[in-house]
Amino acid sequence: MTDNSLLKTIFGRLTWESFPIHEPILFTTFVVVALLGLGIVGAITRFGLWGYLWKEWFTSVDHKKVGVMYIILAIVMLLRGFSDALMMRAQQAVAFGSNPGYLPPHHYDQIFTAHGTIMIFFVAIPLVVGIINFVMPLQIGARDVAFPFLNNLSFWLTAAGAVLTMVSLFVGEFARTGWLGYAPLSELAYSPDTGVDYYLWSLQIAGVGTTLSAINMVATIVKMRAPGMTMMKMPVFCWTALCSNVLAIAIFPALTAAFFLLMLDRYVGTNFFTNGLGGAPMMYWNMVWIWGHPEVYVLVLPAFGIYSEITATFSGKPLFGYSSMVYATVVITILSYLVWLHHFFTMGAGPSVNSFFGIATMVIAIPTGAKVFNWLFTMYKGDIRFELPMMWVVAFMLTFVVGGMTGVLLAIPPADFVLHNSLFLVAHFHNTIIGGVVFGLFAGMVYWFPKAFGFKLDEFWGKVAFWGWVAGYWIAWTPIYIVGLMGTTRRVNHFDDPTLQPYFIVAAVGAVVILIGILGFVMSIVIGFVKRHELADITGDPWGGRTLEWSTTSPPPAYNFAFTPVVHDLDAWYDMKKRGYERPASGFRPVHMPRNTGAGVILSGLALALGFAMVWYIWWLAALCFAGLVVVAVGHTFNMKRDFFIPADEVARTEAKRPALAEGI
Amino acid sequence: MTDHALRSGQPAATTWHLAEEEDHDHGGNGATLLGFWIYLMSDALIFASLFAMYGVVSTGYAGGPVPREIFDLKLVALNTAFLLASSITFGQAMPHMEMGRVGPTRFWLAITGLLGAAFLGIELYEFAHLIADGAGPQRSAFLSAFFTLVGTHGAHVTVGLIWIGSMLVQIGQHGLSLPMKRRLMCLSMFWHFLDIIWIGVFTFVYLYGVLR
Repeated sequence: MTDNSLLKTIFGRLTWESFPIHEPILFTTFVVVALLGLGIVGAITRFGLWGYLWKEWFTSVDHKKVGVMYIILAIVMLLRGFSDALMMRAQQAVAFGSNPGYLPPHHYDQIFTAHGTIMIFFVAIPLVVGIINFVMPLQIGARDVAFPFLNNLSFWLTAAGAVLTMVSLFVGEFARTGWLGYAPLSELAYSPDTGVDYYLWSLQIAGVGTTLSAINMVATIVKMRAPGMTMMKMPVFCWTALCSNVLAIAIFPALTAAFFLLMLDRYVGTNFFTNGLGGAPMMYWNMVWIWGHPEVYVLVLPAFGIYSEITATFSGKPLFGYSSMVYATVVITILSYLVWLHHFFTMGAGPSVNSFFGIATMVIAIPTGAKVFNWLFTMYKGDIRFELPMMWVVAFMLTFVVGGMTGVLLAIPPADFVLHNSLFLVAHFHNTIIGGVVFGLFAGMVYWFPKAFGFKLDEFWGKVAFWGWVAGYWIAWTPIYIVGLMGTTRRVNHFDDPTLQPYFIVAAVGAVVILIGILGFVMSIVIGFVKRHELADITGDPWGGRTLEWSTTSPPPAYNFAFTPVVHDLDAWYDMKKRGYERPASGFRPVHMPRNTGAGVILSGLALALGFAMVWYIWWLAALCFAGLVVVAVGHTFNMKRDFFIPADEVARTEAKRPALAEGI
Repeated sequence: MTDHALRSGQPAATTWHLAEEEDHDHGGNGATLLGFWIYLMSDALIFASLFAMYGVVSTGYAGGPVPREIFDLKLVALNTAFLLASSITFGQAMPHMEMGRVGPTRFWLAITGLLGAAFLGIELYEFAHLIADGAGPQRSAFLSAFFTLVGTHGAHVTVGLIWIGSMLVQIGQHGLSLPMKRRLMCLSMFWHFLDIIWIGVFTFVYLYGVLR
């Protein structure tokens, strides 16, 4: 007995039972992931890359490298999240009548929870943050972000959250509560295992990172624009990045608070969201959706910015209605804060409240519609080049408008009472997220890839990716719209009505087509790398761009710009090219730069260990990690060696290596 | 920047680059203060969420104790006085910081820290007392929200104390250099922010609670 209690003190509730040795699907996955991981670690060790990775990437405070790391994290997590999607589609395609399918409810529930959580928090957010990180400072003519160390820390905290979610796959289990962990189901009484704890700790850790990153981006945009770039001369992408990050700062505290209170309920035994002792479970829904709805706009606004940049570039025209685009973005930012209750019209808040939130939701369609018309008018009479980024934009416009319209439909409270929790809703938000956010992020990645790495992606495989995603989206989600309208509810792992089966088989086929799209994208990077000399971008301006990021080389030097550019017009780089700008070849000065630091990695590692210890009730380890966090964080403030100068002759050497840019103009 | 090209029609005259490198990046130009201010706003929203939670369940007594029975206003008044006084003493430190006088700055900072510690001590005493009387955070939703709101503020004060402590050391090491002044400005905003939050807690939780 004493033996047992000793083990409990050391390992908390972690036992041999916590490892899924008896579940073949999980065990196989574990073996594959472990082998893959060992292979990667082995290769890095074999080629002696640890020092390089640590010095040049992990500890880097360069906004471009942090941005690229965010995007790599997101793509890895996309593969995990999409595997979940394939498993769900396969289950729903076969689990009819007497066939229970291959996933028991216990496992299926974890999969749909993990899918939603991963796709939003560890795919969409890191992709958006990564692209903003990489592009925005270049577009405003800055050398880095306002708080370079914070940027590195934000990334590693997000990565720690992602790792903790992945750990739940093999040690213990993940939540079975749906991606927002609704109370009271997520309370200890109904979810006593580790699932919800994994969920809460990974999202809290990642959430701190996202909040810090948002503060960083806003301070950067407000304080570090190149001279002459007034707010209304700022590229639209920067405007959308600003609004998106302001919104993130406004909403993440609500999520942090809601999760914090749920944690207290689970760990301390308070009664915030419990059924008894005065608790108010719907308060959790309110707080979570005050975050949740604006979050959609946090993601989609930067995507709108990407579409704006690409449409203008590939139409060879300035963006139509720049100022209306800016105002529409600001209006959407404000309105998005006033619509959260439409996620639970069925709560019973009464007709007045529901009407307010219904109308507010519908009103958002107006500025969004204005944006769509602006893009169309930009294309009108333009010299349109249908290269890969532009193809994604057109697919977005056709796809997203449908999602917007089903959204307006759902905003009508009486209709929502019928469609609440149905697959119609699920089809709607996948329509807006895939058609709006994901297409935009792919457009952005294809568009800025040559800027980041110096060569374009392979065009053939890029088209495979494009058609796979676009066709796959429509094949996968049209049948779901139909069965949803007929009343099929979400989060179900078995159906009795065999007449629905054909729809789910078509949907599964669509998911496979999307898989082709995802693999096509990976291939376009691989083949692009193989053909990198052929696809190289020596001019720094491969698409005929209009904004400042195209004025520097591809990839940009560590200091971005040898001289801080002075901006005279809205499309600053187009203006420079038009008026015969010539790059200075002499007179370089030393460049003041922030110094790399390992504090971000260490703090995030401690946060990860703290999360793991808390999930498993290993109190001594949790206390140790917490103390470690405080010591390292305070200790870091004593480090005053935070910057250095790149000497002028080194800048001159870097600049001399550039191909004559005049040829590119 | 004026647009020479548009005026003179001579593109060659246009300035495309900054002639002198004014250090407009790397967190200079008030970016740190702005960033910290934005952080405070996000922290204010966390408190707003906790206040909202408290507002919703503030009568969720679940048959347990009600505010009038458990709040000791005299103790809270003393506590409030400590915290408000600590803001005044911090205010005393700032002009000395501007003048670059290390000694008085550290003196007033230390006084501020002591007052903050006294505030925290009384709060812990109050908490211990309540829990011993069976009015702990598990008793009812009202008490859960009370302990969380007041406790979160207390946790912030604790962070402030650690910060004051490390600033006392760092000012000793580096004097009142520019980074030190910037940090003290941030700390000052943080400390006054906690004061404002406390006024909200004092009014809506304690005074209003006793009244109803």
